[in-house]
Amino acid sequence: MPVHPAILALIGVSLTVSALLALAGAFAIGVVRHWDLTSGSERQLRLERLTYLIATLVAFAFVAELISLLLLVYTAETLSDQFVGAMCATGVLNANPWGWPALFLKIVVFFSGAAWLTLNRVDTRSRDYPLVRPKYALLLGLVPLVWMETGVLLRFLLNLDPAVIVSCCGALFSPAGQGVAAEVSGIAPAWGLALLYAAALPTLAAAWWARRGAGAGLPLAGLALLHYVLALVAVVSVIALYVYEHPHHHCPFCVLKAGHHFIGYALYVPLFAATAWALASGVIAPWRTRPGLRALVDAETRRLAGRSLMALLLFHAVAAWAMLSSGLRMAGVWW
Amino acid sequence: MIELRGVGKVFNQGRHNQQWAVRDVSLRIETGQLTCLRGPSGSGKTTLLALIGCLARPTLGRILRDGEPLSGLPERFMAELRRRTFGFVFQRFNLIRGLSVLDNVMLPAYPEAPAHEELRERALGLLRRFGLGNLAGQRVEWLSGGEAQRTAICRALINRPAVLIADEPTANLDSRLSAEFMGIAAELVASGKTLIVSSHDPRVYESPAVQRLVGLRDGRLEEA
Amino acid sequence: MPSAFQRQRYLIDYSLMALGRRPGKHLGLLAVYTLIVAVLASVMLFSESLRGEARLLLAGAPEVVLQRLEAGRHALMPASYLARIEGLRGVSGVRGRLWGYHYDPFIGANYTLMVPPSDAPLPGTLAIGAGLARSRGLEVGDLLSLRAANGEPYGLKVAARLDTESELLSTDLVLLSEQDFRAFFGIPADHYTDLVLQVRNPREVHTVKEKLNLVFPDSRPILREEVLRTYDAVFGWRQGVVFVILLGSVLAFVILAWDKASGLSAEERREIGVLKAVGWETADIMRMKFWEGAVISLSAFLLGYLLAYLHVFHAGAVLFAPVLKGWAVLYPDFAPLPSVDGLQLATLFFFTVFPYTLATIVPIWRVATRDPDAVMR
Repeated sequence: MPVHPAILALIGVSLTVSALLALAGAFAIGVVRHWDLTSGSERQLRLERLTYLIATLVAFAFVAELISLLLLVYTAETLSDQFVGAMCATGVLNANPWGWPALFLKIVVFFSGAAWLTLNRVDTRSRDYPLVRPKYALLLGLVPLVWMETGVLLRFLLNLDPAVIVSCCGALFSPAGQGVAAEVSGIAPAWGLALLYAAALPTLAAAWWARRGAGAGLPLAGLALLHYVLALVAVVSVIALYVYEHPHHHCPFCVLKAGHHFIGYALYVPLFAATAWALASGVIAPWRTRPGLRALVDAETRRLAGRSLMALLLFHAVAAWAMLSSGLRMAGVWW
Repeated sequence: MIELRGVGKVFNQGRHNQQWAVRDVSLRIETGQLTCLRGPSGSGKTTLLALIGCLARPTLGRILRDGEPLSGLPERFMAELRRRTFGFVFQRFNLIRGLSVLDNVMLPAYPEAPAHEELRERALGLLRRFGLGNLAGQRVEWLSGGEAQRTAICRALINRPAVLIADEPTANLDSRLSAEFMGIAAELVASGKTLIVSSHDPRVYESPAVQRLVGLRDGRLEEA
Repeated sequence: MPSAFQRQRYLIDYSLMALGRRPGKHLGLLAVYTLIVAVLASVMLFSESLRGEARLLLAGAPEVVLQRLEAGRHALMPASYLARIEGLRGVSGVRGRLWGYHYDPFIGANYTLMVPPSDAPLPGTLAIGAGLARSRGLEVGDLLSLRAANGEPYGLKVAARLDTESELLSTDLVLLSEQDFRAFFGIPADHYTDLVLQVRNPREVHTVKEKLNLVFPDSRPILREEVLRTYDAVFGWRQGVVFVILLGSVLAFVILAWDKASGLSAEERREIGVLKAVGWETADIMRMKFWEGAVISLSAFLLGYLLAYLHVFHAGAVLFAPVLKGWAVLYPDFAPLPSVDGLQLATLFFFTVFPYTLATIVPIWRVATRDPDAVMR
């Protein structure tokens, strides 16, 4: 394993986040067992105080996970020079079987954290902590997920061996190859874009509708998830090609490089944010029917849907701009 | 009207030094009156004031205001109620050193986040009303006892609360300032506020401004 | 409904006032924090700039170097190999190189003697690097006498001094003519030290390497990209080792942060109690305290990074240059090129701000959740 400070940082953060979640989980068990809001006993007061600590620890862990997701991608980019055959992050992630799972798990943890924090927000804003038990049960479910992510990330980092020759984005994301990446790269650009807009329009509509309240949380979450997947597919099959001005360069990571003005960030950050907000609105939606929570859930849904809408529009604006302002002209070939 | 039903508060619950500061208190406090809680030190007056003013949660019993519960609420809502409904004047004033009179007065309004200019004007208005207009920029360490108390009163009024609570207001004042305080109290009641005061000082509980007297001993109400 | 933004502004306002009222308490922590950031940032900045320099310099290096080995040790290459390589497909040029080391007992340093591919000095003269010139006090026109391979002194006149811009490469370099080189080292005319090749298509470098391995089993081809990768790894590794060593100080800093955050004076505790009593929520107190921490973190980060930048790029990283540059007797005087990048900042953030903030969470929570009625007792 290359002993690089960035790798040390990634390991340190993952271990810390796992420990924090474990701690929060231990507190959560205590809360679930003894919680009784009507009691004024000292134990109840102590538990209520503890909820502040748990929420802060989880929020901190979540922010750390978010930044470490960026750090993972960054580090993979930077280390690509040390791996024979790697020209970007893809090569490094290919270095052993744990690279891509580590990335996917980090993304899942990111979305789960966003959902939990929203649930927590709704709970603390209501007069009687109605969501305490489901919330902490969910938290206990997050703990093994985070541990798994740490485990996979550690295996990935500790088994990085620069002596192994890797295949980079040119080989992985080429239609001629095998596997998911190749399949996605092989999708015709026209289809990729068509599917994207087919998902985008209903998602935008759902977000717009959800902004006016009245329980559109779940449909929005579902559509946003579908949109997320299709957006990534579109990036690989169409959008990236325009950014690189090359009809066969499908890599999703090279867009993050300085050479392309870091446009990757302008695409991915809004996409991820929009999806996280939409998923969060879906997570709180089932509790809309609880007495006393309707107004609160609606208000939150409106807030989240509004932000999701903005972010979606931003993503599409950047994507459209990237394609229209590109030097690549494929009219007549793809269209 | 603030109603207490069977309210009790214990400290160090379950341990060897467990102590019931307030025991089985049922009481109705009328709005727009000056109520005084009388009793020796240790009788539970301070604790009772804390319970009424949402500073502490009762171990037993319930507290309601105009039918709405004040007890059994999560900390967040208690703090909100405390901020908007009640104003406190502490025995030792508890002003924050290092800050000016004006800053101290504005502090309770921070979580309400009003427009800054409007808040400043409100605070200055209160200071002027109580004769402290020219001391707005003064550091609170350099105030006299009477000035400090009036600053504490301004701070208690900044969020326009309906109820003002004062704990042993004359404990650190001489006769002249005590009389001054009672005068201010009467004025506030006349302007529509409810006042709840605790004291073991005869200058307070024997004052004509007091409209209702409640006795406390060893955490229980005394027979009237 | 008050806007959340407005509320945070008020909280930040209070944090700043609070920091301003007790500067002494925070200055100690700020100093240590800044120092930690400065040290870690210096290590990173310096290594990165060295790495960048190495890259730039290696960009001009030959793509493939072929060296002959005898019993695993570097041996001279016969000129006949040149002809055989010229015929290989994919090779666009090949040239023999003459270079070697000479130990000068006078100042205890190793010189690199080389015959440049073009503009070689006239026979009887040489060009020397700046470090060499400095150590032996040589000027243009002076005579340099070295002990040749046959034991006799060999004198050469200094015709030029290599300019200081290339000091990193040339500080111990001596350039001389082919004639003088062969006479000095006793190398016969049909042998070279090694060969350098140019490859027509950069992507075929590995194929050419394999061919060379087949045709010349007694030689090893060294690719430029391999050298680059090794340098990268070494610099990254060195940084990593220094960071691991510094982990101890980061830990000490974290403990200090925890201590400072927990060690509130009675006065400060009372203050928090008063705030709660007049209507601040626990969440408000916690956020206000985190803003305090954020202000300290931001100041330490900026100040520390600035110090590191000045230290590395204006003071030549005086504090730990030896560790990171490696052993050498002749140190080049060179100005590292400034380069800042996102990865550095993110890594630095995780080694400093992240542990600091983490250390303050529990103490802040403890303070913020005290009962508000404590002020009345």
